Amino acid sequence: MTGLTVLIPIALSLGLLGLAAFFWALGSGQFDDSDGAAARILIDDDE
Amino acid sequence: MASQALIPPATDSETDIDTTQISLFAVPGMHCAGCIGKIENGLARTPGIASARVNLSAKRVTIQHDSALSPPDLRAAIAALGFEAEPLADPGVDVAAAENRMLIRALAVAGFAAMNIMLLSVSVWSGAEGGTRQMFHWLSALIALPTVAYAGRPFFRSAWAAVRQGRTNMDVPISIGVLLTTGMSVYETLIGGEDAWFDGAVMLLFFLLAGRCLDSLMRGRARAGVAALLKQSAPGAMLLDDSGQSRWVAASALRPGMVMLVAAGERLAADGRVMEGESGIDIAFLTGESAPVRVRPGDLVQAGALNIDGPIRVVVTAAGPDTVIADIARLMEEAAQGKSRYVRLADRAARYYAPSVHLLSALSFAGWMIVGAGMHQSLLIAVAVLLITCPCALGLAVPAAQIVACGALMKRGVLVKDGSALERLAEVDEALFDKTGTLTLGRPVPRDLAGLAAEDRAVLLALVQGSRHPLSVALRQALEGEGVVPAALTDLREQAGEGMTGRLGDEAVALGRPRSLITLFDLAAEYRRGDQAVLLRFTDALRPDAVETLADLRAMGLKTLIASGDRPEALTEIARQTETTAIGHLRPQDKLALIERLRASGHRVLMVGDGLNDGPALAAGHASMAPASASDASQLAADAVFLGDRLAPVAMAVRAARRTVRVVKQNFALAIGYNVFAVPLAIAGHVTPLVAAIAMSTSSLIVIANALRLKAAAR
Repeated sequence: MTGLTVLIPIALSLGLLGLAAFFWALGSGQFDDSDGAAARILIDDDE
Repeated sequence: MASQALIPPATDSETDIDTTQISLFAVPGMHCAGCIGKIENGLARTPGIASARVNLSAKRVTIQHDSALSPPDLRAAIAALGFEAEPLADPGVDVAAAENRMLIRALAVAGFAAMNIMLLSVSVWSGAEGGTRQMFHWLSALIALPTVAYAGRPFFRSAWAAVRQGRTNMDVPISIGVLLTTGMSVYETLIGGEDAWFDGAVMLLFFLLAGRCLDSLMRGRARAGVAALLKQSAPGAMLLDDSGQSRWVAASALRPGMVMLVAAGERLAADGRVMEGESGIDIAFLTGESAPVRVRPGDLVQAGALNIDGPIRVVVTAAGPDTVIADIARLMEEAAQGKSRYVRLADRAARYYAPSVHLLSALSFAGWMIVGAGMHQSLLIAVAVLLITCPCALGLAVPAAQIVACGALMKRGVLVKDGSALERLAEVDEALFDKTGTLTLGRPVPRDLAGLAAEDRAVLLALVQGSRHPLSVALRQALEGEGVVPAALTDLREQAGEGMTGRLGDEAVALGRPRSLITLFDLAAEYRRGDQAVLLRFTDALRPDAVETLADLRAMGLKTLIASGDRPEALTEIARQTETTAIGHLRPQDKLALIERLRASGHRVLMVGDGLNDGPALAAGHASMAPASASDASQLAADAVFLGDRLAPVAMAVRAARRTVRVVKQNFALAIGYNVFAVPLAIAGHVTPLVAAIAMSTSSLIVIANALRLKAAAR
């Protein structure tokens, strides 16, 4: 039983962390240009 | 360099760019990593531009620049890199994208909450008791309450709007179900009861939000497809004031009497009359026809027209809301009001569904009260009925079926704008076609090539290869399509207005304007070799499968009709070939009136057209389609846009739409069948949160599986 009081907050905060990461990714526009993201890796840096 | 635009470069202290501005350009020509690199790096090197960021999905580039740079300067900078660009009027304000993002956020929150609450619920179901169960219920409540408040907003808002107007839609039973279930669960938790239903409420929200997201995603994808084809009218113009100075003025500040300088390659920002200069202008957005129109001093030009050849000076006659485009836009808006009154299938089902569910729930409450089960027990059962009947499967079934069908259609070159378009497309029983550009290709196709000797064809191809004249292009396409190899000519030369000349060995060959006769309606060119001359005539050919498609539509039970603005004589041939009645001499208002008349006599009309003159009719039709070569306004007004030269997508779209509606109705039937089993259980008081969770997920999975069958719908 005492294990639960530790494990449940850990589980919930990990879940919340994931949610926060998704929100951050959405907010910073990472899903705005999926085609561009795929193409950008091919850009030659030293031209 | 790729990440350079992410972080705007530090502003040099000397250049002092204190008034940075952000402009948005549509660049339809970019398609690969090389294009991104070229534009971003190239623009960043241009003086006055702080940074440029390309969005490849939307084919847009966002430029941060010194406010001294005007849109034409930026456009020239992009053109210098080898890309055509069109300024976009309002940067940033994208309502649909914002709504989609909000839905995805709500979905993420609901998903997180559903997973965690389900975890706690499983422990409760597998035998947690006493203090542990109590704690788990409290934890669930802690997660569920903010989730319902946040993720439920789209439903609550829409339900509230409907109730306030005295209507009901799908969201009303959803909102009542979710709120009652949550409220009841909180009460249960407070008194330390056995069952809490937080998992059911949150899972319901999650499934329904998934449906909403699919719906919004589908609309966004089709809109992006159409927007990529779309060219905007100019955001402003270069003005010439009395002192001979030129300055940039926004379109909204233009007034009649001002003089605009329009360079080649620019769009006009207002209606006007040419004062000086001679040029060809492209008014494809008005007519859908790509051949440029010659204008001279005194001629009228319309806002949105693209100036092709040379610089002209135009005195503004009408600006802003008084322009021709604005007029037609208003006519279209009015015509589209009938369409917005359309009630979607799911909402139509909800009209019967919601009252019966609420009645059932109330009856079971009353029933158990009469039997003497007590207030608390009766209320629990009523909530169970409400939760189990909540249209989870319905809310997911309709968008799932529609997005699968739209995806299948998109692969075959038909962009359907939203789910309601698909529903309306399935209901049409009369198809009205425009002629030029819709039944026909809207571009010239040579008629007399078969009479030419093989050598002449080779010479002809060599002559037209270097020319951009529309007739040359038509000849080149036709000849190359036949696999002709160009002859070796010397002295090849093009003279504007006269045609092409060259030499084959020591014989003079030429292609030019016919000397012998002037035809009024047919386009023609004359091929000369030595002293013999052959007249080449061009017609606007029927789309290759127009006859079959119209026959196909008739076989599907649709009546067909041709409505054109053309002369009746020009229609007889097409009417005969397609065995369809044709009506000529129709102005835009007449087409609109024709559709109204058909509607009044009980028909649901599918309008297929391309020109701006079809715009109001497209907006007024029960459903409408336009080819991708159509004017921008028509593409905006149409429910679906089809790509390519073939007309078959029209019949294919109607067939796919009918199949989709059939699957949606099957899903309704499945959902009702599920309720027939589940509701008696709930009324009898046997539904525990565990049963509800299982029933809900299974019914959702079944309707989604059924919807996936539509993957092969577009055939």
